[in-house]
Amino acid sequence: MAAAKFDTPELKDIPVIPAIQEGVMAHSSPFIAKPEHQEPLGFPGELVDNWQQVALDKMEDLTHKYRSFKVYLDSCVKCGACTDKCHYFLGTADPKNMPVARQDLLRKVYRRYFTLAGKFFPKLVGAVDLTKEVLDDWYSYFHQCSQCRRCSVFCPYGIDTAEISMAAREILDTVGVGQKYCNEIIAKLYKIGNNLGLPEPALVDTLEGLEEDVEEETGVAVKYPVDIEGADVLVVTPSADFFAEPHIDGLIGYGKVFHQAGINWTLSSYASEAANFGMFIGSYDNMKQVALRIRKAALDLGVKRIVVGECGHAWRVAYSFWNTLAGPFDFLDPNYPVPQHIIEVTHDLIKRGALNLDPSANDEHRVTFHDSCNVARATRMGNMPGGQFILPREVIKASVNHFYDMAPETIHENTFCCGGGGGLLTDDLMELRVKGAMPRMQALDELVREHDVNYLAAICAICKSQFTKTLPYYNFPMDMIGSVHGLVSNAIQLGTKE
Amino acid sequence: MSVTLAYSILFYVATVTLVAGLAYRIYTYAKTPAPLKIATTPAPTTRAGVAYRLAREVVLFESLFKATKWTWLFGWAFHFGMLLVLLRHLRYFTDTPWFWVNLIQPFGIYAGFVMLLGLFGLWARRFLVDRVRYISSPSDHLMLLLLIGIAASGLLMKFVSHTDIVGVKNFAIGLMEFNFQPMPESPILMVHLGLVAVLMIIFPFSKLLHAAGVFFSPTRNQVDNPREVRHVADWAKDAE
Repeated sequence: MAAAKFDTPELKDIPVIPAIQEGVMAHSSPFIAKPEHQEPLGFPGELVDNWQQVALDKMEDLTHKYRSFKVYLDSCVKCGACTDKCHYFLGTADPKNMPVARQDLLRKVYRRYFTLAGKFFPKLVGAVDLTKEVLDDWYSYFHQCSQCRRCSVFCPYGIDTAEISMAAREILDTVGVGQKYCNEIIAKLYKIGNNLGLPEPALVDTLEGLEEDVEEETGVAVKYPVDIEGADVLVVTPSADFFAEPHIDGLIGYGKVFHQAGINWTLSSYASEAANFGMFIGSYDNMKQVALRIRKAALDLGVKRIVVGECGHAWRVAYSFWNTLAGPFDFLDPNYPVPQHIIEVTHDLIKRGALNLDPSANDEHRVTFHDSCNVARATRMGNMPGGQFILPREVIKASVNHFYDMAPETIHENTFCCGGGGGLLTDDLMELRVKGAMPRMQALDELVREHDVNYLAAICAICKSQFTKTLPYYNFPMDMIGSVHGLVSNAIQLGTKE
Repeated sequence: MSVTLAYSILFYVATVTLVAGLAYRIYTYAKTPAPLKIATTPAPTTRAGVAYRLAREVVLFESLFKATKWTWLFGWAFHFGMLLVLLRHLRYFTDTPWFWVNLIQPFGIYAGFVMLLGLFGLWARRFLVDRVRYISSPSDHLMLLLLIGIAASGLLMKFVSHTDIVGVKNFAIGLMEFNFQPMPESPILMVHLGLVAVLMIIFPFSKLLHAAGVFFSPTRNQVDNPREVRHVADWAKDAE
């Protein structure tokens, strides 16, 4: 497919809120899922005949099942607080990428069919009939939302566009209009066990190769074990960690940390994937089915702890939803949180002096940290609110000598999405991804100019893949993006703690 | 039909609509499950922390302050002004006003201007900011007009054309005690009370529901403890 032509947004010296340009992103929509991507997930293969009724029934069903959906459809006062908060709006200027306007695409239909005001005075309250044009708008613009929840931080009622966008995608799936990227991946996961369709022998092979590489480089036999029954720790990580750059440096780092701390760990070939794309499509059933694989793997291998690797939405699902979807995890060691993030593990080991880190090993790197949205706004690390901001920074600072934070309005819970989250990390959405990355690139650019920063550390597989692709559009080198545990991996002094 | 009878009926209808409508909304919000923990973090890890977070949200409009200072200023001025005005109005519904109603009385009188200023500020941005103009529907404008009408007519009665306050008070208390007293026949009062009744009636059917919604927003009212406490909705239990 020839890529559509588009202009990369210019990075200004100070962030500017664009004037709205109606319809400039109307053309952007992802490939539609084929029947073989839809049916394994329990959705019709193509648009059903009575789709209007099916969509409205589903919408009503969701208002009874999700308080968030119901309350958020009713409560918006159109104050405009969110209008300049979405990275996709800032990058594209399309007003339908303003969180409130995105929600309104669905809210207008909800009003028309489910509220008195919309039934009797549709024009007055901006209610519209559910037509094919509206459905197409849903498909376009609810796939221009990375469900990063930045808007929910600023909304006076905590209205979370991610919840609306997930509901919209579930409605779309229910009428047979699914998104290829997400649904193909979930179907592949059910069939083979991970998002990449990497079968067990290939995984074992990859990890053996990794062991050889690490031993060659360090002289130490660090293990990357698979399917070890009776291991203490099951590590579940995004499958990109097994081969993609820079993800794999993170995996190498996890292995070195476990090695030096003397922790007996394993991966599972059955649950060789932490990602749960069920969340992106808002499907409770699919999310549950995907999550249950982890429980089964932990039981089959008889592990005492589960540790999640560097992945943003996987950590959200693990931290916030696993207990609900696949719990209780009462068969695990209660002395550790269930699940635990790899950053929590490494942080704890650093605090206890169990790791020898030499930050000067990273002296070529001048580092900043990208708070991944799902980690920042939907999870926690450690036992205090905000630990998800503190722990990764402490791990980085223990591993490097030069660390700089980006502007305060762009980090922590205010962080900007990489532009590729929420199931949008697909080549058919490249224009959106590049434009959506603009606010993050802007904040990065400031640090590059002021502090010669040359390393953007992240703890999310999607961020890493997205930045690898988008950094060059903004004239940054693609290898500027790296794993946090890649830094740990460089700094750790193997052979000094045996 | 006398003005008194018409307004009496109007106020009973408005009160029943407001109370029953709000109660029904709150009931549906309360009984709709929140199947997943979706607190927007960093979030409190205790119930007390959540209460404090919600209190900051309701009293100070904390998130709005983070989002946009102008909207916060006008929005907060309007709401806080309205609160003082409403509390001041308690003197029309009690034989002997409580001491604290007397205490805020002087502030309550001028709070009407603050309220009006806030409303004009909020309205102005619906015209001046292209993003807010884009998301505004006719009802958003009408709602502001309605509130401006209420505030302006109230101020007119206080500062321009005085109304028979004793008569108003007798009418109001009479309504509450089903001991009907004549309503003073002042055109401004009729406008004022008429608009208030309209506001009460549309409240449960409009975006004014945000007043109830904020307390039921899962991103704000949930405790951040999903690892410690298992959280399963009833409808999800069937699938266990």
